[in-house]
Amino acid sequence: MSKQRYERPVIKKLETGMPNKFGTRTEYQPMTHIDGVPVAKLMKEYGSPLFVISEKTIRSTIQKAKKAFRTRYPRVQFAWSYKTNYLNSICSIFHQEGSWAEVVSGFEYDKAISLGVDGKKIIFNGPEKSEEDLTKAIKNDSLIHIDHLDELYTISELAEKLKARPRVAIRVNMDTGIYPMWDRFGFNYENGQAWDAINKIMHSDNMELVGLHCHIGTFMLAPSAYGIAASKLAELALSVEQKFKHEIKYIDLGGGFASKNTLKGAYLPGSDTNPTFDDFAEVISSALLNSNFKQEKLPMLILETGRALIDEAGFLLGSVISNKRSSTGRRNTILDIGVNILFTAFWYDHKITPAQEFTHYSEDTCIYGPLCMNIDVIRESASLPLLNKDDRVVIHNVGAYNMTQWMQFIALRPNVVLIDLEGKPHVIRLRETLDNMNNMENVPVHLKKFNL
Amino acid sequence: MKLKKNVAVSESGLLFNPVTGESFSVNPIGVEILNLLREENTDEQIYSSILAKYSTDKSTFEKDYEDFIGILTHNNLLEKHEETNA
Repeated sequence: MSKQRYERPVIKKLETGMPNKFGTRTEYQPMTHIDGVPVAKLMKEYGSPLFVISEKTIRSTIQKAKKAFRTRYPRVQFAWSYKTNYLNSICSIFHQEGSWAEVVSGFEYDKAISLGVDGKKIIFNGPEKSEEDLTKAIKNDSLIHIDHLDELYTISELAEKLKARPRVAIRVNMDTGIYPMWDRFGFNYENGQAWDAINKIMHSDNMELVGLHCHIGTFMLAPSAYGIAASKLAELALSVEQKFKHEIKYIDLGGGFASKNTLKGAYLPGSDTNPTFDDFAEVISSALLNSNFKQEKLPMLILETGRALIDEAGFLLGSVISNKRSSTGRRNTILDIGVNILFTAFWYDHKITPAQEFTHYSEDTCIYGPLCMNIDVIRESASLPLLNKDDRVVIHNVGAYNMTQWMQFIALRPNVVLIDLEGKPHVIRLRETLDNMNNMENVPVHLKKFNL
Repeated sequence: MKLKKNVAVSESGLLFNPVTGESFSVNPIGVEILNLLREENTDEQIYSSILAKYSTDKSTFEKDYEDFIGILTHNNLLEKHEETNA
């Protein structure tokens, strides 16, 4: 007779009417497959931990976003935010879906060029652009978004030297009714800095002001803020037209749309409460259509959405290393996934689902990572099914920022696998090796030998 | 080790301690262990009974069993040695 599946014995005090920081049980079904591929097979073949990205989800998400905007506004262009996830395969999927590249450093700029992106379709943002970077961008006729006056003067000098007329936009920061107000990028709208920068560009002959840009915040839960931003940029564009008879070609509202993750401290899950693409599209389109642009002169709307387009497509698979109890009796579970590869654990209460069958019994659990660091906490409190050593778990919505902000700290970074539209896995970034790390180091001869 | 006499455990896994008024939820394997404890089985007898029925190894179960006993003790659900001997 075969034996029954083992589950840890567990006893849990029933507390009715008491507030519970762990919340109620959220997991009802195991996640055994991703896009039809068994999680167990993926982990056996490619190791644990393992990042898995669904091409199907990326494509359906960007298509959903485009539909939300294009059904409401006639000219919309998405530009893939490289900093969110610049793995070459991921950028290529977005470029295949028609997105331009939005980069914030020389490294990202070179990455876009090496992928074959037309320089004219690269938006160059960010506060730091070296003369070398700017020279490349001017020669490639890229869209340069000016962050400060020093950059403006550098571009002006380079334009003269290169005998070119670079296409530029200015970055505008403003009060959109949200807290904290982001005022570190670009020129302020309310105190006249932005208008001053516009006048400087318009009065110099060697730059063409083609756009206005803003980046009002991150993980924005209030679509109304984008409505205010769109109205203010529209007003600026119309002022330029009135004063200089010059048409602003595009308004770029930057990024910042919230994904379906749940922010730490949020009472309800992000999947239920965060705004949809339709919510953002409705507010932004209305603001632009209701402004005083003539029908035939509506500027192109550019969106640099990153997080909301990729978060849901990313999964992080891992294994349980151990279960233990804290000094207060709280259940602690240690995974082989640490904050070194799951940076976003500092921002979100990531949804965690076991990848094998479980019963309806749950336990209030603190999920730790494997690092020898006190800050290595994946979830401070979660009501999870009973997990045994070596059990597999799936962490959801990890596609944004983790594969760019991860750290090679203590351990090596894992494989990243993309599951294509036919359900075939491809390793798109190899697990690091000790040789990778050592190859970047040089040890002076006198330090090569030691006797212990 | 023995479960306190007045502690009631239902088949569906509801445990009630009339002394403190506290209620607990216990999973099926936990109920089995509580019943074995009530019948005054030794630790070794409990191990062999569980290992014969479930697909696990002794070291895993031993660790989980000790943890379970720790929680029962913490919640004052087991009789102390003196009480057992009395």
